[in-house]
Amino acid sequence: MKKLILTTAAFALSAGMAFGADVVRMGTEGAYPPWNFINDAGEVDGFERELGDELCKRAELTCEWVTNEWDSIIPNLVSGNYDVIIAGMSITDERDEVIDFTQNYTQPDPSAYLAMSSDVDVSGGVLAAQTGTIQASHIASTGATLVEFATPEETIAAVRNGEADAVLADKGYLAPIADEDSELVLLEKTEMLGGGVGMGVRESDGELKAKFDAAIQSMKDDGSLNELITKWDIGETF
Amino acid sequence: MFSYCTDPSTLSGLTWLSCYLTTGKHMAFYLSFGTVLLLLAITAPTALLFGYFGATAARSQIAPLRWIGKTCIAIVRGVPDIAFFLFFVIALDQAIEWTRHKLLCPEWTEPVRQGNDFVVCAAAKMPLGTAPQWVHETYGFFLAIFTFAIVFGAFAANVLFGAMRAVPRAQMETAEAYGMTRKQAFRRIMVPQMWVYALPGLGNLWMVLIKATPLLFLLGVEDIVYWAREMGGSKTAKFTDYPHGDWRMWYFLALLVFYLAFTRVSEIFLERTMKRLTKGQATTGGEAQRKVAA
Repeated sequence: MKKLILTTAAFALSAGMAFGADVVRMGTEGAYPPWNFINDAGEVDGFERELGDELCKRAELTCEWVTNEWDSIIPNLVSGNYDVIIAGMSITDERDEVIDFTQNYTQPDPSAYLAMSSDVDVSGGVLAAQTGTIQASHIASTGATLVEFATPEETIAAVRNGEADAVLADKGYLAPIADEDSELVLLEKTEMLGGGVGMGVRESDGELKAKFDAAIQSMKDDGSLNELITKWDIGETF
Repeated sequence: MFSYCTDPSTLSGLTWLSCYLTTGKHMAFYLSFGTVLLLLAITAPTALLFGYFGATAARSQIAPLRWIGKTCIAIVRGVPDIAFFLFFVIALDQAIEWTRHKLLCPEWTEPVRQGNDFVVCAAAKMPLGTAPQWVHETYGFFLAIFTFAIVFGAFAANVLFGAMRAVPRAQMETAEAYGMTRKQAFRRIMVPQMWVYALPGLGNLWMVLIKATPLLFLLGVEDIVYWAREMGGSKTAKFTDYPHGDWRMWYFLALLVFYLAFTRVSEIFLERTMKRLTKGQATTGGEAQRKVAA
């Protein structure tokens, strides 16, 4: 009996230790450069990769990267397949009802339109956006017709082949594409959407949220977050 | 991969292509063909086994067993694959974790469901939170196989159920006349003969299964279609050493060739199996073979 109690205690202790050294699984999309993408070596790379690794170092966590389709990124978080969403996800009230957000690690950034010519009228016509993004819900609330796609790549392709007049997405994503392709131009009109980008965590995971909040704050304070934002051309610095 | 690949921007033509096609990312793409083939190799026999048990249950003499068999087949066949994949896998995963939670952490007092969240103790996580990534991937892979096997098992069960009924009644009567029990007649007469009726249906299922693998990515398993879409997408020079435009057409063309070749090989194989199964059977096909031989 004594032995049983001892082993139970040992087990409880080791379980506690295992919890301490827990691996935090970081869920991302891997298809939204410069935020997150798969590099030539087949690994997750980009602004959020560097940011996430630095945050984990500061919060003294072991982190592992997982990719998941954008469509099911929130359901898989709440059911526990990974612990954090770090996928350029803007903080909105709707999402906040389902999951919790850390403080934002980018400024609320204007979303931009990318089109084949600069005289496209975005108040009407057909506009493309990725499913389940703030840009998609914005277009739905305007007079324009919304066409949704599962991946960011497909929204650009829709503009190229004329299926949509323009695509609305984060400026940081569209700018490098417009730079490289002379056929595509960024419209001057931009939209201010969302409350900046934050990491999504489960509502019951207050401890993890606090750790990342503190880590983000420390990166904001010593300016290393601004360095990363400038390096990857994400947008405004803090 | 090759020594001359250090600065791809200076390369052109075939050397560039040889470097491009051997990046780590492409290796992952090639490897995913293996994933798909492995999945098919495990799923097909498992689904057939499930189907066999499903069909035997559906024609059982014990009423409750018969009801269960028929209901399961009807439900799985009726629910759309994509809904089944999203719902069933998450539910199965949570059921496993819930059971482990009850067994391993009896002292835990907080509720498992907290709003939208599903929270179990760290020791009940499946696989453990501390497990390396490949364990998570393997676990996901086997969940996928199990789900595929259930979905296709239900269809296979229906095919086999029909095939069992297609075996001529006279065959079974003869077995009974020889004094075989119901079980013996089933094993010795019906099962060997039903395959010839089941094969066209099972062959169809196999073809559908080959093409159903993109559903894998719903479960987080990166299959060939995922990689083709990811790599075919246009790449800007800022984020890769190998910038290119929208090449999805070429990648999907490669997939098309792969799938066509694969289904063609399957067809040839199925045809040969059909020939072997027909031999000596009391069907028109068997009759035709006998006439050719004579």
